[in-house]
Amino acid sequence: MKSDFGIIDQTIRALTIARKSIRIFYVKGPVIIFGLLFPIFLFLSFTIGRNMTLDFMLPGFLGMILFFTATSISPVVVPWEAQARTLERLMSCPVRLETIIIGDVFASFAFGTAISLVPIIIGFALGITVSSPVLFAFAVILAALCFASLGNVFSIPPINIPATVNMIAAAVRFPVIFISGIFIPLDQLPRWGQAIAYISPLTYFTDIARSCIQGRGHLPLAIDFTVLIAFTALFLVVAMKMHRRTMPRRI
Amino acid sequence: MRNGLAIEVKGLTKRYGEILAVDHISFEVKKGELFGFLGPNGAGKTTTIRMLIGVIKEDDGEASVMGYPAGSLRAKQLSGVVPEMANAYIDLSGWDNLMLMAELYRTPSTDAKERAKALLRELGLYEKKDSKTSTYSMGMRKRLLLAMALINDPQILFLDEPTSGLDVQSARAIRAMLRNLRKEGKTIMLTTHNMDEAAELADRVAIINHGKLAAVDTPDNLSITGGRVYLIDLSFDKPVRSEVLAKLPGVSRLETAQAIEAADRLRAQMAMAGVSRPGGMGVGKGQVPAQPADGQLPTDISKGEKPEGNRFRLYTEDTTQLVNALVDFSRTNSLAMNILNVRPPSLEDAFVRLTEEKSREK
Repeated sequence: MKSDFGIIDQTIRALTIARKSIRIFYVKGPVIIFGLLFPIFLFLSFTIGRNMTLDFMLPGFLGMILFFTATSISPVVVPWEAQARTLERLMSCPVRLETIIIGDVFASFAFGTAISLVPIIIGFALGITVSSPVLFAFAVILAALCFASLGNVFSIPPINIPATVNMIAAAVRFPVIFISGIFIPLDQLPRWGQAIAYISPLTYFTDIARSCIQGRGHLPLAIDFTVLIAFTALFLVVAMKMHRRTMPRRI
Repeated sequence: MRNGLAIEVKGLTKRYGEILAVDHISFEVKKGELFGFLGPNGAGKTTTIRMLIGVIKEDDGEASVMGYPAGSLRAKQLSGVVPEMANAYIDLSGWDNLMLMAELYRTPSTDAKERAKALLRELGLYEKKDSKTSTYSMGMRKRLLLAMALINDPQILFLDEPTSGLDVQSARAIRAMLRNLRKEGKTIMLTTHNMDEAAELADRVAIINHGKLAAVDTPDNLSITGGRVYLIDLSFDKPVRSEVLAKLPGVSRLETAQAIEAADRLRAQMAMAGVSRPGGMGVGKGQVPAQPADGQLPTDISKGEKPEGNRFRLYTEDTTQLVNALVDFSRTNSLAMNILNVRPPSLEDAFVRLTEEKSREK
């Protein structure tokens, strides 16, 4: 038994928690189908009939799928586990609360990344090319981590009813789709629209994707990546700190 | 930690708003000891265990488990936990739940698999190891929880009501396992409502009430802390005046049928809500002892007591003298004794007495 309880040790245990969450909460037919179908139909409802090219549509479509899938289950995992008293089980194991949170984020990140491969493969099959594949891949991974962390932030309020938490998450997730330059490019938005768009992490991923696929980003890539990293760090820190604060009222 | 101690608790305190759930309790558990932790519902048993296993944080005081601060990762690594509420992952099979626990404790895979097989066999779950836990009965789930707690071969085991609500077979399987674990030298802290279980299994017991420790001692010592007062349940074929019986030599106290039933009800409400004997008999007439510390019945029970009846409970320190007197009394008055049941003081007597005393003090 190797137990120094350092970062590597806790990361290994976090991966165990992530594998458990993927098996229990994510690898379910309805979750996968909903994760794909909902963004597809939502996207089509806003794009059909409009004169849009595939290279314009794909970045927005990819952003939507990544955002929806990475934030779909993570808000309700903690409430579910608290309700089923399995959270208490995890907390009696030799893992830090932060390890549990990271484990949940890992699961959501893996799910988001895996599902996002579907539109990427379809895009490649339809002849889309990416100018900087490494940067693009890094952006997908970073964005999945960022959105997964955001999803976990939604579960901070000590509410153990998954449906209620889902409503809170939906109240944030849907407006984000419309302010992130998915349907209208950022440079075509009015100044106030752009100001609102900058508060959404999805904006920066969409901008990177447009830059890599269309070759037409609104912001410099360095800014996009820096802000996306900052959002990820912020969400992770907030999730860990606030869960520590609300956990006593939850269990 | 002092040598030989598995748990050391000093002034442990937990508040929930205005409620003082655990009130500056201190106790020690020796290594290899099976320590019973008894108390009525809401007394603070589960809160204490949850602090010791690191699920909640204490507001005051300190505790150590196997020499490490309670709740620390090192203490958790050496512990196994069976919580009161069944909390295995119902979407996973019994086997997968065990493997998950093994991975969370970083038990080497080969060891974990061997140990899982042995535990599942011992607890009668091997045949159902690949079935989802959602298909398990309550008894099977509780047995699985015990297996999950043991998969990392812990040095100390915390069990919160492990046999509560179980069928006889499951409860027996768990008790047998606990006896074996004690023989192996594991330290076990067990909360239970079942006095017979505590008396049978525990080396020492602590009684907690309203968040405070009422007593810590061996079950035998606790049973006689109120004196070696024996209980005699008896019934005659005809009504008898209670004051006549009360004057017999050796009677230290008497209860009529009405008082016995009222006392049973009162105790059930006050102190022992949810108490059950093995087999689910509950708090039965003629089974619950009545021995408040002051030797008096509560006022509301004495009021309205009928002066005569044919069923009584007598308390005595000299059973020979009283039984002889009862035989003489029956013969002289041409009475037949339908029941004459003498029993020694029990842990349950001590439990009721101590919890009632504390309730009255409040």
